[in-house]
Amino acid sequence: MNDARANGDRGKPHTDEAALSARLQRLGEGLARQRANETSNDPAENRAATASGYARGFRLSSELVAGVIVGAGLGWLIDRWFGVSPWGLIIFLLLGFAAGVLNVMRSAGVVASQGFDDRLRKDRKN
Amino acid sequence: MQVDPIHQFQIHDMLPMMTMAGHEIAFTNSALVMLIIVLAVSALMIGASSPRAVVPGRLQSIAEMSYEFVANTIRSTAGTEGMRFFPFVFTLFMFVLFANMIGLIPFSFTVTSQLIVTVALALTVFFIVIIFGFWRNGLHFFNLFVPKGVPKLILPLIVFIEVLSFLSRPVSHSVRLFANMLAGHITLQVFAAFVIMLAGLGVLGWFGAALPFIMVMLLTALELLVAFLQAYVFAILTCIYLNDAIHPGH
Repeated sequence: MNDARANGDRGKPHTDEAALSARLQRLGEGLARQRANETSNDPAENRAATASGYARGFRLSSELVAGVIVGAGLGWLIDRWFGVSPWGLIIFLLLGFAAGVLNVMRSAGVVASQGFDDRLRKDRKN
Repeated sequence: MQVDPIHQFQIHDMLPMMTMAGHEIAFTNSALVMLIIVLAVSALMIGASSPRAVVPGRLQSIAEMSYEFVANTIRSTAGTEGMRFFPFVFTLFMFVLFANMIGLIPFSFTVTSQLIVTVALALTVFFIVIIFGFWRNGLHFFNLFVPKGVPKLILPLIVFIEVLSFLSRPVSHSVRLFANMLAGHITLQVFAAFVIMLAGLGVLGWFGAALPFIMVMLLTALELLVAFLQAYVFAILTCIYLNDAIHPGH
């Protein structure tokens, strides 16, 4: 497509028709780009996930495990620092589990993270 | 015949350089591959951008396509303001992509199958998000942890959960890439080992070896997809996290 445009421009730069068709082509390209942007705009994160179920599974499971691990680690540290064993571990493990579930729901698109969602909505209005 | 599927991930010193605070700092095979990755990416981008043709050649097309791809990813997730992080995200994407791809070449080494490498990358993103978030938004950055429309009674609980969710980001960010590469390469190695073991059994084994061989071929194709996809996912998650640093308010 680029070739055609370049040739067209170079071939008859002074005739109006050539200029018009070049402009039309440029417009078409711009529109195509815009459309491509819009489609990729929608669930930008989801597109990567749906590309392969394998990747999606890995994604969601790692989100959950990460939440639980961070909660447990933090709870263990608090136990060590403040000597409140085992309460820190118990509470933070539960909180970490909740955070993991939140992560999973966010990355699955069940609950949108607000900042991201707002911006998308703003974009669509423009 | 015994094949150790973990052997491929072993790091060994190539040349010892110095000792620092009791730790030996050596040039390892991992460092060598990382150096090759950096040189390859630099060579590609410098070589591709030097002709500056209006109608791009092959190499220039690759460079322009990767630019457009990353730029579109950033624009669609973090907005035009996210473009100030383009150099960072592009570097990350190209590094991870090349690391994954070079790792697929037989007898080479997969840098991204080392947890320490992916953790270093993820922590870099994590701290950039925190530092830039505070630098740009000041204390408004804490709005990230306070979702709107939550009853006051359970707000402290929600804030705790949000903070934990935020802290778990570098873990999932790094573990995802690491686990994908590790699992993929172990699977490949195990099936390749089946081929060798069965082929050693004689003529009947040759027919048996055909099955895992086909599996290895299919897995290699899958790994090629995973290598690209994981680089893309790493980049897009970086963009999403950076978006939080740019727009923490709701």
